[in-house]
Amino acid sequence: MSEQNQSRNSDGRDFPWQHVIGFILSIVLTLLSLWIAFKTSLSTGMIMAIIIGFAFLQAAVQLFMFMHVTESEDGRFQMWNMVHAFIAFVIIIVGSIWVMSFGMSYMNHM
Amino acid sequence: MNHHVDHFFVKGDPMIYAADLMIIMTTLAVIFVLTYYKKWKWLWNEWLTTVDHKKIGIMYIIAAVLMMFRGGVDALLMRAQLTVPNEDFLDPQHYNEIFTTHGTIMILFMAMPFIIGLMNVAVPLQIGARDVAFPYLNALSFWSFFTAAMLFNLSFVIGGSPDAGWTAYAPLAEPELDPGVGQNFYLLSLQISGFSTLATGINFFVTILKMRAPGMSMMKLPIFSWSILVTSAIIIFAFPILAIALALMTFDRLFGAHFFTLTGEGLPMMWANLFWLWGHPEVYIVILPAFGVFSEVISTFSKKRLFGYKAMVWSMVLIGFLSLIVWVHHFFTMGAGPDVNSFFSISTMAIAIPTGVKIFNWLGTMFRGRIQFTTPMLWSLAFIPCFTIGGITGVMLAMAAADYQYHNSYFLVAHFHFVLISGTVFGCIAGLLYWYPKMFGHMLNEKIGKWAFWLFVPGFLICFLPMFFLGLDGMTRRVYTFSNSHWTDLNVIASIGAALMGIGFMVLVYNMIWSARYGKRDKTGDPWDGRTLEWATPTPIPHYNFALIPRIKRLDEFWYVKQNNEPSVLRSLPVSKLKPIHMPNSSGRPFVMSWLFFIVGFAAVFYVYWVAALALIGVLVCMGLRSFEIDDGHYVSVEEIKRTEKNRIKEA
Ligand code: HEM
Ligand SMILES: [Cu+2]
Repeated sequence: MSEQNQSRNSDGRDFPWQHVIGFILSIVLTLLSLWIAFKTSLSTGMIMAIIIGFAFLQAAVQLFMFMHVTESEDGRFQMWNMVHAFIAFVIIIVGSIWVMSFGMSYMNHM
Repeated sequence: MNHHVDHFFVKGDPMIYAADLMIIMTTLAVIFVLTYYKKWKWLWNEWLTTVDHKKIGIMYIIAAVLMMFRGGVDALLMRAQLTVPNEDFLDPQHYNEIFTTHGTIMILFMAMPFIIGLMNVAVPLQIGARDVAFPYLNALSFWSFFTAAMLFNLSFVIGGSPDAGWTAYAPLAEPELDPGVGQNFYLLSLQISGFSTLATGINFFVTILKMRAPGMSMMKLPIFSWSILVTSAIIIFAFPILAIALALMTFDRLFGAHFFTLTGEGLPMMWANLFWLWGHPEVYIVILPAFGVFSEVISTFSKKRLFGYKAMVWSMVLIGFLSLIVWVHHFFTMGAGPDVNSFFSISTMAIAIPTGVKIFNWLGTMFRGRIQFTTPMLWSLAFIPCFTIGGITGVMLAMAAADYQYHNSYFLVAHFHFVLISGTVFGCIAGLLYWYPKMFGHMLNEKIGKWAFWLFVPGFLICFLPMFFLGLDGMTRRVYTFSNSHWTDLNVIASIGAALMGIGFMVLVYNMIWSARYGKRDKTGDPWDGRTLEWATPTPIPHYNFALIPRIKRLDEFWYVKQNNEPSVLRSLPVSKLKPIHMPNSSGRPFVMSWLFFIVGFAAVFYVYWVAALALIGVLVCMGLRSFEIDDGHYVSVEEIKRTEKNRIKEA
């Protein structure tokens, strides 16, 4: 691992443009979502759809700009990591919604 | 702050005064011994700052055995209270606190550290590595677990213990129904130790994937290390869920949020859902490593390679996956619809299939083997029938419709103790006895060991078998007393069994003390005639583990090298090949940082936020210092390696 880091740093201590761009993109995406939720009069379903879309974009920004998914010498691990993350996502989020759905009518008055 | 500080010291109970006194006396005794024998420096240099996985493993195990004692005392108190009807030895509040701390300590501060201790000792050695992937993080994991355990235990004498069960169900555990600070102790100490476990999971996942000796493909990985790989994957899945759930409830309690409260649109059932999303995988986190231990032990003492190694691996992977999709079987009665309950009923039962495969593999390994009845082997043999009982009753519980009858009865209590004790506890003990000579350089006395076994295991059966019948007869769980005199006989029997287990545990500990002085010293490093790489290292193990990293050609490499007298660096070291070895430096920072965590937790428990904030800044400063630190480790010289390994050196 250390060798890989060295080769990346050796071509100069140039400015971490990737990180800055990623940072700005994340902030912009977050602000955009806030704006859409608070300031537009779209239907709730529409707002949800757009925000979820932004969330995926944001996740991609994180993975590529900060977490170096493309830089590993062994992409297989990265792929398994993402599969693991995806399974976790489905089980936790989708599973919880399904299991808890019987009580959700209670939330109608929200 | 305010009124909570008035109740700072728990007053009015003689048992707690006794505990106060014991804590003070023990602390003074420790300080005295360390000062008198001038051991402070040694303690700091050799232990408190170490990043050596073997020493960290030993510290984990010592802490786990101490916690087993604490949890065991709680258990005996509960059994004492429930021996005869209408007893008033413990009042209801005290009883609630005891079963809460018993459950929490046994699962999180006994089983978890015991297993993490064993994996620390064995995994890097088994895979032919010099250390874990992140040694500094490993030290941080240990110390933050340790301080979290201290924080939790402190609740007994300061502030008051949590009393809402180890499951801490909302809304019961929320401030309206549970004022006082006990539940805060639960939330914050679990948060810190959960962080530590997650770090360990990541550490070992990377270690096993990245640091195996050359040639050790996944299908040549020793089975215990395989079990730890699957366990680490489950940890990485499950522990973030716990962290979030605890954080949400902490917000409820400390900052007046309403995630799980009855008021303010809270969703109390969501706590049960999140808790078991972590909680069920958690029981597999503590059982799979035990399966790994049994596989190693049974194969070693049957003098045969593990029967159906591949089936074992795949069944563990499958169990690992299935363990993630069965959590609802803990609350079939919550009110979810038939579709939800059916799905989780079937997925739960499906786990019995790979588990059954494993049982047949263990039996197959012993079949026509030359079985040696050593103490680790005895514990492994006892595991098989006991665990089968636990598994079968588990399938009974898994039928959602029938569970309406068994739910929250003593039948459940009997079931999960059958799986947890015969699986996890027997596994931890078997692993400890098995690796003991490797860890400490001497054998345990087999005769005393057999006494411990023959007290503990029958004690366990006498204690828990009657509970199945009590449960079927209607005795419910978490009651502090009962008045039905039909239940007296079985309860008396159960209490006798519990006492036998207590005596067995004491004999086990006595064996360690006895053997430290008189036990047979082991200089070979391979007293059991082992199969895997850890037995190829000399004892005491040099801190760099392997002077030369072996090249692996098959499963159980060391065994075949020995059998066929093959030349290999596992047996002798050609001097010409030795090179300086790079090792990480010790560091005191994980120790300091973890005590800062402790202060954060302790202050937050009492709502003293400015202290918590200061300590948290201290933590951040430690992290900052670490990130600017240039620490390239150090080299062990060839001279030193030669001196350490002089018995194994081959001039050539
Ligand atoms: C053959 C596999 C297993 C099956 C089918 C099974 C099934 C179940 C079911 C259905 C329950 C819930 C019962 C109720 O609340 O009414 C339960 C509870 C429990 N099981 Fe298992 N189980 C299995 C293995 C294990 C293992 C390996 C462990 C731990 C090492 C374990 C630990 C527990 C614990 C601690 C509880 C009680 C939780 C509580 O406090 O409510 N089980 N089991
Ligand atoms: Cu479960």
